[in-house]
Amino acid sequence: MTYSKKVLDHYENPRNVGSFSSKKKNIGTSLVGAPACGDVMKLQIKVNKKGIIEDACFKTYGCGSAIASSSLMTEWIKGKTLKEASKIQNTAIVKELNLPPVKIHCSILAEDAIKGAISNYLSKNMLNKNIKKYK
Amino acid sequence: MKQPIYLDYAATTPVDLKVYKKMKKFFLFTGIFGNSASRSHQFGWDAEKAICKARKNIAQLINADPREIIFTSGATESNNLAIKGLYEFHKKKNTHIITSQIEHKSVLDSCRYLESKGCQITYLKPNKYGMINLNELNNTILPHTLLISIIHVNNEVGIIQNISKISKICKNKKIFLHIDATQSIGKLKIDVQKLNIDLLSFSGHKIYGPKGIGVLYVRRRPRIRLTSQIHGGGHERGLRSGTLPIHQIVGLGEACKILKKEMYNDILHYSKLQNLLWNGIKNIEEIYLNTYLKNSVSNILNISFNFVEGESLIMALKNLAISSGSACTSSSLEPSYVLRAMGIKDELAHSSIRFSIGRFTTIHEIEITIKSIHLAIQKLRELSPLWEMYQKGINIEKIIWNK
Repeated sequence: MTYSKKVLDHYENPRNVGSFSSKKKNIGTSLVGAPACGDVMKLQIKVNKKGIIEDACFKTYGCGSAIASSSLMTEWIKGKTLKEASKIQNTAIVKELNLPPVKIHCSILAEDAIKGAISNYLSKNMLNKNIKKYK
Repeated sequence: MKQPIYLDYAATTPVDLKVYKKMKKFFLFTGIFGNSASRSHQFGWDAEKAICKARKNIAQLINADPREIIFTSGATESNNLAIKGLYEFHKKKNTHIITSQIEHKSVLDSCRYLESKGCQITYLKPNKYGMINLNELNNTILPHTLLISIIHVNNEVGIIQNISKISKICKNKKIFLHIDATQSIGKLKIDVQKLNIDLLSFSGHKIYGPKGIGVLYVRRRPRIRLTSQIHGGGHERGLRSGTLPIHQIVGLGEACKILKKEMYNDILHYSKLQNLLWNGIKNIEEIYLNTYLKNSVSNILNISFNFVEGESLIMALKNLAISSGSACTSSSLEPSYVLRAMGIKDELAHSSIRFSIGRFTTIHEIEITIKSIHLAIQKLRELSPLWEMYQKGINIEKIIWNK
């Protein structure tokens, strides 16, 4: 499989690898994928009072594209409002990283991870009414 | 650019220099280039002579008669000819074939094709080591069983099947036996007389010979009858038409000649390096050996590194040329069907890597490999959410994953 330079760069130098304490109220966590399918992404967002994603981090088990997709996604969501972040689509990730067709699955997983982390944050902060809005 | 260290000898081997030197004489006008089918002049006679010599060398390696060696384009074609050819010749009476779930695709897909033509196929499931259960094999034999086709050494995990016992079962029940010996030639002694094999396939490019040339051994006494799959000028006793590629045949002949002399040195070399590699990495936490060392060839090591995905590991080990599962399937996303058939969990199958050692692998290369693996595993596990969970003592199996 030949990957684009951007995939290789994110794979070699993944951005924002790490973990936040998921117990804190201002942290939203998602865990998507499955070990049996070969991909698992964990995304965490730190949200400030204005509803802006101040910081984000990830850990990914998966192929080079999965790691690159999650690294790129953390870069993209930082500084965005929850609403803006929830609008990121997998197709944008595919385009940016020039993913081969068999790896589109990885970008979908990244999109799911963003949505999952936002909804986790909202439900933690009893903003359930708003969850629908971001889905 | 510095070349990666080649540890994918089970996929293909480079041509041995001695083989290459020999082959060079068979291209130009100044060399031997004739068509061995030309019976009317010196050029044809010279070509025929060179092919006879090569045929003899090949036959000697497996204790066969030179007349039992049929040249094909490779083991894939040999497997196709053996299975489809035998079925087509005998299909009126016998319409059941037994094989295993861990065969090469060329056997599995030939069998699938015959299924579409009405042939009944039994695919035996191996045990956790990859071994075929002989009792089960016995029990699946039907009155109309035509053929048992078994891979001698599996290309992904290196497990060796008990061919002599399977052969006895075949002889007792008057069933033909086809062996795919692609990975066993040069790693195990093969004597088609002693083992009583009817059909045996292998190819040149796994034994330091050229690509594009393979052999199907077809027993003469009692004669095995096949329906040819390629029609034309009636070459190779009518079983496989096409002008013989003299340079490739001579190359394969030379590769076999070298093996006859050097095989035991090769095997000792493989064992030494395989031990070195395994001992250098076996202490890594959560590492699983899929190669059953007690009953496998010494040049293949298949290992799962839990919580690290195979493809990303291959990317991290970019100084090594290795493969995840078999090279033929590495463009698909599905985990290896061989490991699955052995009952290995999908997540471990996704994390598997095959290292295959060859004649030109050095101790120094293995030492570098060991260091690289340690570094890559550490790097990727720091990135892995599963590793983090494992370290926190979270039972990953109990999590409900949204697949």
